Amino acid sequence: MDNSFSSADLEFQQEVRAFFKSAYTADLQAKVESGEDHKSVAIEWQNKLNAKGWLAPDWPVEVGGTAWTPVQKFIFETERCDAGAPDVVPFGVRMVAPVIFTFGNDEQKKRFLPRILTSEDWWCQGYSEPGAGSDLAALQTKATKDGDDYIVNGAKIWTTYAQSADWIFCLVRTGTFEKRQQGISFLLIDMKSEGIQVNPIHSIDNHHSLNEVVFENVRVPQENLIGVENQGWTYAKALLAHERTSIAGVADSRRWLRDIIALAEQQTNYKGRLIDDPQFQTRLSDIEIELMALEYMELRVLAKLSSGDTPGPESSLLKIKGTEIQQALQELRMQTIGAYSGSLHLSNFQNDLHRAGSNSRRAYMYGRAATIYGGSNEVQRNVIAKAVLGL
Amino acid sequence: MNFEYSEEQNLLKESIVRWAQDNYSFDQRRLGAESEKGYSQDHYNTFAELGWLSVPFAEENGGYGGSVIDIAAIMEEFGKALVVEPVFPNLIMFGGLLERSNNDAIKAELIPQIIDGSLMGAVAMYEPQARFDASNVATTASQAGDGYTLNGEKCVVLGGADAAKLIVVARTSGDQTDEDGLSLFLIDSDASGVELSAYPLMDGQQVADIKFNDASATLISELGAATEALNQVLNIAHVALCAEAVGIMEVLNKTTVEYTKTRKQFGVTISSFQALQHRMVDTFMSAEQAKSLLVGTLVELTDDRTTPQRAAKMVNALRTIVAKNGKHIGDEAIQLHGGMGLTDELNVGHYHKRMMMINLMFGNGDFFQHQFNQVAYGS
Repeated sequence: MDNSFSSADLEFQQEVRAFFKSAYTADLQAKVESGEDHKSVAIEWQNKLNAKGWLAPDWPVEVGGTAWTPVQKFIFETERCDAGAPDVVPFGVRMVAPVIFTFGNDEQKKRFLPRILTSEDWWCQGYSEPGAGSDLAALQTKATKDGDDYIVNGAKIWTTYAQSADWIFCLVRTGTFEKRQQGISFLLIDMKSEGIQVNPIHSIDNHHSLNEVVFENVRVPQENLIGVENQGWTYAKALLAHERTSIAGVADSRRWLRDIIALAEQQTNYKGRLIDDPQFQTRLSDIEIELMALEYMELRVLAKLSSGDTPGPESSLLKIKGTEIQQALQELRMQTIGAYSGSLHLSNFQNDLHRAGSNSRRAYMYGRAATIYGGSNEVQRNVIAKAVLGL
Repeated sequence: MNFEYSEEQNLLKESIVRWAQDNYSFDQRRLGAESEKGYSQDHYNTFAELGWLSVPFAEENGGYGGSVIDIAAIMEEFGKALVVEPVFPNLIMFGGLLERSNNDAIKAELIPQIIDGSLMGAVAMYEPQARFDASNVATTASQAGDGYTLNGEKCVVLGGADAAKLIVVARTSGDQTDEDGLSLFLIDSDASGVELSAYPLMDGQQVADIKFNDASATLISELGAATEALNQVLNIAHVALCAEAVGIMEVLNKTTVEYTKTRKQFGVTISSFQALQHRMVDTFMSAEQAKSLLVGTLVELTDDRTTPQRAAKMVNALRTIVAKNGKHIGDEAIQLHGGMGLTDELNVGHYHKRMMMINLMFGNGDFFQHQFNQVAYGS
């Protein structure tokens, strides 16, 4: 057992640290924290990452990736969070791109991947449906062949940022088989196509990020089908474990914790500093100790990946614990700030605490989604019960 | 980065597994645990023959020169086998303090006897008024000629019922709760002025309360400067107990999962109920958390760059999570076994009782979390 990075890793750490220091400027930070104009601010940041060649570390080198080891990816993620820089918007870079470069044809790779790197194409995810949530294989949106096209009818739901997306990647039903997972295909659809309607869903964080996307006789060229017809479920599933290994969010949670401690050093309680209140300290350490455990759970998984293993059901464990900790931190941040945490404002703040309070209210409310999306935590428990405990 | 036990450590673990399979079934274990002594001297002698008792001691003292990771490897397997023989109080506590003594003659005499299994020792440190505060020491030592005279009372001395020799923490200067002013003394347990009352704990170990009335003892530390050695030994002790607890957690979870796959109710195995499946996933996660923090603590404690503050943070975090999760896992194991979980004939309750004792040794969960808070957020 040993905990240390190689000297090459330490050098890499210095390089990453220097990059974030120069690239994530105070000006950009202010724009990110204002929460306004989400898309253009995100594009500005992603273009900086892309100029450095670091937007898509997970991709193969020949299409723009980095060939980093799992340890390097971990270092990058940790440094990003320490610098306070935002994560990339995942739908293009992390969700659809791996499907395209793993299962797509050369034409599709050439057509879509470069435009994801330049953020020219903005993607959204069309998996869930009004009748298919955790039970994704119940999906009903239908694609039927018509000449060189598919005709798509149905509805997708919980589609984050569909309102600003250029493309949507969808799981659609193209056939009926005994096993529901068969007969599903992976289809890329231009959001400008005729017959698509985006209906906003206003969420409890008083913000518009979620949508319902309705397809009415939408014509999609067959060349937009990924891989083989009726095999889409396999493609989507292959990438899920991949996605969950980064879902623990340890580095982000560390930053939240530091932020809460800093706030609690300034806040007062019972005529003293909040941070000195034993009851508060215990609430804080309840979370911090779990986070320390999660950090080593993640490192253990990483060390396994480094030695050539593929991510297995332990990614479900990281997802459950990671999201529980995120939610606990969101709650404690509201509690730490106090009454300002009820504020609905998104601009024109009275003071910094007002801004922090309003942001933490929003993070808490939207944060409820974390234990629901990516396969609800109950579904993750089913996965562990079956795959690890053999129940 | 590597979080696995080494090849040598795995060999050591396997030798314990093999020994337990052949010699330490639940019934065989009970023979020793329920004897008057509370353990089997034969088993203990075997540990010595197999070389396990040499692991924590430095090579210059005739030991194997093992690290805290080697100790954890042994203790994890001892946890799984629910070993009741007093390796922990004798090796980790008594041997640990002895090895840090400044008296080379005594070390040269006694450490080989620990390694060959012929000497049982115990550390008398906690006092009835002190709860878990190791520096709250009212027992005094005053100089008398070449030696010292001890007066005071120690409680719940682990391994105390059977120990031939005791290391006693006594105050040689300062007020009752001062961290400084503590010294270590060696004394035979049958010496005049030593009054020993033995009793069993719920996990089968035999402990003692010990009174000292003008008992003559030998100073084996720098005068008034025992705190550092005590803290070093306690740090290793904490990790050793947590490694044992992690072994126990694994057995409890495994036993419970297997039981639910055979127990039928309403015409089906109870493992098919989602309500129970999710509970077993939660106990599995509890064990993984503890194991991860154990591994983290081991790598950080063996890393030169780790500051004392960071080490204290890790150790207290580990003991806090072992206390919480150990209780969670043990309670659930009993609950999921139903009425059978309450019976003495099933091993589940015995594992749970050992876990509960671990979580009362040198502090409980609240105590360790409080310590953590002091280190992490104290001004």
